[in-house]
Amino acid sequence: MADPMRIRAKMEGDKTVVRVLMSHEMETGQRKDAAGKTIPAMFIQEVTATCNGKTVLSAQWGTSISKNPYLQFQFSGAKAGDKVVVSWVDSKGDKRSDEAAIAA
Amino acid sequence: MTQEINQGRRSALKTGGATAVFGLFIAAGLVRPNTALAQAAGWNQGAFAAKGVDSTVKALGGATPAQTKDVNWGSTPEIAENGAVVPVSITSSIPKTESISILVEKNPNTLSAVFTIPPGTDPSISTRVKMGESSAVYALIKADGKYYVAQRDIKVTLGGCGG
Repeated sequence: MADPMRIRAKMEGDKTVVRVLMSHEMETGQRKDAAGKTIPAMFIQEVTATCNGKTVLSAQWGTSISKNPYLQFQFSGAKAGDKVVVSWVDSKGDKRSDEAAIAA
Repeated sequence: MTQEINQGRRSALKTGGATAVFGLFIAAGLVRPNTALAQAAGWNQGAFAAKGVDSTVKALGGATPAQTKDVNWGSTPEIAENGAVVPVSITSSIPKTESISILVEKNPNTLSAVFTIPPGTDPSISTRVKMGESSAVYALIKADGKYYVAQRDIKVTLGGCGG
């Protein structure tokens, strides 16, 4: 299973700013290994972020998002202590979900 | 007694049935085993396979987007040293922005990402994309049901799609 995501969620004024660093190869399917065989594509396809049960961001990704994806976004309506949950599903069906409490 | 047998068959079919049928498809050559299958339900395979800006925008349902200046590219560079990791920041000031998509014209598949912005979330995202070569990068904004596009040219000194 992939390494945990690093999620930092912080109040900046009345907005919550979320920065996420995910651990994923994001293999494009264009590279060849030493033997000349194409390394199959394997990449995060869907990302969802929720807070207090409400979706605050959703995304569909292709192979051209960089390896170990970085994501930053911000939303209103939450406060310090609330939990932000970030989840992803990749093209092989693997999933990962991590959460972080919003810092003041 | 018949009840039990039927239930057993039913649950076996339920769990094994789908994979068995899929196995048949592979055997019949209808699905190649190492095709990158869209495991995530709802993943827009057509849009992510499109090449070039026009066909990608069409595949996303955005026929003819209007040019807009209401997109701020934040810290997105004009020259990227490493095409494997190009930071892209897009903030839309178009009211009722519902989604922000990133298109890299010269990549093998033009569409990088589609972000859906629910109410309450700022229409602003930052991420990092791979660019195979210097290219125009487009922010496609869907706002209030209409499509808008803004362009940023990014030069890449070392291409980043691998190979």
